[in-house]
Amino acid sequence: MARSLKKGPYVHHKLQKKVDAINAGGKKSVIKTWSRASMITPDFVGHTFAVHNGNKFIPVYVTENMVGHKLGEFSPTRNFKGHAAKKK
Amino acid sequence: MARLAGVDLPRNKKAFIALTYIYGIGRTRALEILDKANISYDTRVSDLSDEEIAGLRNVLSDYTLEGELRAEIQLNIKRLMDIGSYRGIRHRKGLPVRGQQTQTNARTRKGKRKTVAGKKKATK
Repeated sequence: MARSLKKGPYVHHKLQKKVDAINAGGKKSVIKTWSRASMITPDFVGHTFAVHNGNKFIPVYVTENMVGHKLGEFSPTRNFKGHAAKKK
Repeated sequence: MARLAGVDLPRNKKAFIALTYIYGIGRTRALEILDKANISYDTRVSDLSDEEIAGLRNVLSDYTLEGELRAEIQLNIKRLMDIGSYRGIRHRKGLPVRGQQTQTNARTRKGKRKTVAGKKKATK
């Protein structure tokens, strides 16, 4: 079910604070986050996030097209490399 | 006889069924359109007057249909693939996009079974 519009998009408050700090004139840096469920809002555009995938942080550069998606969508948690070759 | 929204000309069918032959119109929309055009659901396509067809054409111009709709859907999928989102990756790999299981089934997305050279049977 979709989230109620009344509440607005979900962004973890600590993540929002870090983004605001950078937007307010801080130097650009990669923002490390575990908050995969946070929605990407327009003020995230142009920043790089290191999004945790349960194992390591995957760098995600946010572009305009990504607005409305969630951070976790860009940091795959399973990485299937194909079946092992048959040993002879 | 009636040629609407490009290539479609179903005849001998009731109007609301005939409309569903157009890509982008299902039964719900077909009824909605006929309401707007003030045509009874049960009229056969061959019995439609020229004015009624003109009216239908008028109503249909408000919808995205056929090629235009297909292009829009392809564009949406392409966007998902370009931004490298999970859904885009699933589209690229031809696997189910909405979290369905893939250990078995999922044949609609995966296509025909591709047999991988089997393991040797255990000998007694």
